[in-house]
Amino acid sequence: MTLENIKSEMEANVPGCVLEIVGNPSPSGQHSLRIDPAHAVAIATFLRDAEHLRFDYCSNVTGIDWPGKEISEKVKAKKLVDGAEQEVEEIRKTQTIGHLEVVYHLYSMEKKHGPVILRMRTEDRAEGVHLPSLTHVWRSADFQEREIFDLYGVIFDGHPDLRRILMWDGFQDHPMRKDYVEPDDYEYEPTAHDQVLERARQHRTVMGAQ
Amino acid sequence: MDEHLKTELRKQGIVATTLQELYNWGRKNSLWPLNFGLACCAIEMIAASMARYDMARFGAEVFRPSPRQADLMIVAGTVTKKMAPQVVRLYNQMAEPKYVISMGACAISGGPFKQGYNVLKGIDRYIPVDVYIPGCPPRPEALIDALMTLQKLIDKQSLTGADRPRHLQAEAPSEFIVPRFGAHDLEPPQNPEVWDAPLVNISLAGTDDAGKH
Repeated sequence: MTLENIKSEMEANVPGCVLEIVGNPSPSGQHSLRIDPAHAVAIATFLRDAEHLRFDYCSNVTGIDWPGKEISEKVKAKKLVDGAEQEVEEIRKTQTIGHLEVVYHLYSMEKKHGPVILRMRTEDRAEGVHLPSLTHVWRSADFQEREIFDLYGVIFDGHPDLRRILMWDGFQDHPMRKDYVEPDDYEYEPTAHDQVLERARQHRTVMGAQ
Repeated sequence: MDEHLKTELRKQGIVATTLQELYNWGRKNSLWPLNFGLACCAIEMIAASMARYDMARFGAEVFRPSPRQADLMIVAGTVTKKMAPQVVRLYNQMAEPKYVISMGACAISGGPFKQGYNVLKGIDRYIPVDVYIPGCPPRPEALIDALMTLQKLIDKQSLTGADRPRHLQAEAPSEFIVPRFGAHDLEPPQNPEVWDAPLVNISLAGTDDAGKH
């Protein structure tokens, strides 16, 4: 049972779904399958219920933050230099918007195979991005989707009980996002080094101490 | 009373004592800890109270499930920011005289989770701590050592004078601010009545001279 087979089967059985295999170049070679959020529930139900697949166990759900980054590429462009048209190389910079990604690890207890790894991406990293919840397909996703909601801020549509699970209800940030700014509580760092030392120095500067 | 004279009298079968001595003797040998644990340190605390290490030898075996009946709070484990208000509230509910042992690296400073987004950097930011035990987790012997240290502290307390213990000073606070859940952190992030950031010279940290001054 290769990922290619599963992909082509899903394409045949779930009409209109968009799938993409994401390769993993490391020795483990755990390639994953990026699915489109619109068909996620249909795909998940198919993986769970298909006679020969039977992925009945969702062992892990986790999140990834892909922040937007600046890509610079060299482009040849025609420009007027001293009255004559010349070809000049210039660097064009583009900004990608970044994504939040949710990853599901699936195994089959019945058929004793797996894992199949599903990935889902949001459109962007804005506050309050939505993805479909797979808790109704695998109950074990319940708490872990709540954790992703808490730490990354992905809102799972259709989740039965979407509340924060680690932080308190009034908390506003999402600590696992790359752009999370933690509170400035570096007033006492007796063995500071590296990043912590940097933060402790910043704290001193802000507080106006030596 | 002269300590030497007292022992000489005892050899002759005469017991001379003071009210203060009796009072402290009674208190230090019946420290009832509050029955709560927060993380792996609690397992060592349980071990210390069981037959092999037997904290009962020091009169501290009666773990009370209610703060109203407890004298000693053993903060055993990581205090998360979500748990901190409850810990402070439990401390406020304990009757005076009350003592705190901060057990393990996490309760002292946040320990291995110090830079975590949801870990309090030491319970001493909100409540006064009497004895600190380093370790991750400390062994039961270390907890017993902390208990004996606390007993020595109680034994030294005088009932009168300016340095008398907190519960004998009417104006001294016995309740402390319970932090509230804020939008980004606990509010306030520490209680300035209890905790001041100790002065650390970080200007040399990270350089080759760091250890020389």
